[in-house]
Amino acid sequence: MEVDSETKFRFVQSVYVYEAPLRLWHWVNALCVVILTVTGYLIANPLHSTTGEASANYLMGYMRFAHFSAGYILAISFIGRIYWAFVGNHHSRQMFILPIFNKHWWEEVFFEMRWYLFLEKEPKKYIGHNPLAQLSMFFFVVLGSIFMIFTGFAMYSEGAGQGSWQDRLFGWVIPLFGQSQDVHTAHHLGMWVMVIFMMVHIYAAIREDIMSRQSLVSTMISGHRMFKDNRD
Amino acid sequence: MSDLDTFYATMRRQGITRRSFLKFCSLTATALGLSPDYIGKIAYAMETKPRTPVLWLHGLECTCCSESFIRSAHPLAKDVVLSMISLDYDDTLMAAAGHQAEASLEATIKKYYGNYILAVEGNPPLNEDGMFCITGGRPFVEKLKHAAAGAKAIIAWGSCASWGCVQAAKPNPTQATPIHKVILDKPVIKVPGCPPIAEVMTGVITYMLTFDRLPELDRQGRPKMFYSQRIHDKCYRRPHFDAGQYVESWDDENARKGYCLYKVGCKGPTTYNACSTVRWNDGVSFPIGSGHGCLGCSEDGFWDKGSFYDRVTDIHQFGIEANADTLGATAAGVAGVGIAVHAALSAIKRAQQTESNQE
Repeated sequence: MEVDSETKFRFVQSVYVYEAPLRLWHWVNALCVVILTVTGYLIANPLHSTTGEASANYLMGYMRFAHFSAGYILAISFIGRIYWAFVGNHHSRQMFILPIFNKHWWEEVFFEMRWYLFLEKEPKKYIGHNPLAQLSMFFFVVLGSIFMIFTGFAMYSEGAGQGSWQDRLFGWVIPLFGQSQDVHTAHHLGMWVMVIFMMVHIYAAIREDIMSRQSLVSTMISGHRMFKDNRD
Repeated sequence: MSDLDTFYATMRRQGITRRSFLKFCSLTATALGLSPDYIGKIAYAMETKPRTPVLWLHGLECTCCSESFIRSAHPLAKDVVLSMISLDYDDTLMAAAGHQAEASLEATIKKYYGNYILAVEGNPPLNEDGMFCITGGRPFVEKLKHAAAGAKAIIAWGSCASWGCVQAAKPNPTQATPIHKVILDKPVIKVPGCPPIAEVMTGVITYMLTFDRLPELDRQGRPKMFYSQRIHDKCYRRPHFDAGQYVESWDDENARKGYCLYKVGCKGPTTYNACSTVRWNDGVSFPIGSGHGCLGCSEDGFWDKGSFYDRVTDIHQFGIEANADTLGATAAGVAGVGIAVHAALSAIKRAQQTESNQE
């Protein structure tokens, strides 16, 4: 059956889900992650050598400056994001808390898995994240960011020196992993995990925007979740 | 030897002049990074304090620490420190051997119980009740525990005693174990390196003897004065690193120009040691100065961190040559292909659904 556009128009609903600070955090975070990934990769695998006097060049220096600056912005905005989870609407807390004791929630997780495996014909509607998305947000964005912030600042503390606040807060991470090289290895692996998350995240958001019954991409811009039909 | 002798008295007896003695004091103050007014304090301490006896044990090791130690750069420092520390037992260096040597160990432990410094080179293997290292007719681990019981402090010389080094490399068949995991009730000062720099060794021991306290240690038990910064932080090639100028391959033009060795696997950025400041062999050079990257010999488990020329560790679960980056890039590639396939399937599925909806 085909609903004509005008009838449909009357039933289209929208819910204000993501408040402005949350959306701002999302895009600042996204930009930081892109900068961190590109500069991080180039710090580990530098471009071909520059020529001329050393004093006339500062390529690696700028690369590291960009990496550290983006790292600071990411870490500070992550703290801001945690703050917002306390004062924002209930959707702002969704990413941080998994209702793992809720049987229905797990059913929905498996439902979403089946939807992605083409085993479900029609997706469900969700005002916030769908449970599978919530699960991956928790592991990749929350735990992933914490992991990268801790390992990153631990390595930064090596340059900042013993006794610096970075060292006092994060220096313990290095012996925890063994030695500095192990922290580097872990940070590299963490980067790739974030890269894969980004790929899947962007793909899933676009795919859901097209194939699900609600808006995804524009929701993170306007904050409004639009639904394409008024069925349950 | 009399236990009432001061350092100064011993030195004078060995023919060291007052002038040389004061020179040594200023050199020591400089080496320890102290202000000039400490020269007098060091001299005073050496004139008044009785020498502290040191027991030097050798476990599972190669004696490179001793070799380094006796080459302590300044000749004066070498002479003085060797006489200064009242080395009552060192089975490699001492004149006595066999039963006499063991008797002198027992005598020292008894006489100076609670007051001597125990310096340990190498480590004890614990497997098979420690039978992989027998010294003086019994497992080294027993000798170590026995000597440690009456020690004031313990110095773990080199990477063997500090971390385990090559004999503790995977799969560690003898279960070679660093000192701090065997002696749990005493402060253990780690002086890692394979071997440690001679001046670092003499510097640590001089500090302990003159100030009668442990040097300030970092989180992992290494003296801050020598191990608080990485090779990279004080490397003379650091400007080339920041400028983005690297040796691309061995013996290329950039290598001749002395560019940074980061791309050929220098572990300077992850290695804590004083090589780039103190250097080796009377300050002649150090690996990077000779055009080769740092191997990271003073770092925990440096034998097990993949090739000496890798800055990230190989992850063998995913193939011999895999490191974090190859593994990550492969996974990202697989994810990319997966996404493309999933997207194609989604498009087909949707097209089918639209068709069936229209029917």
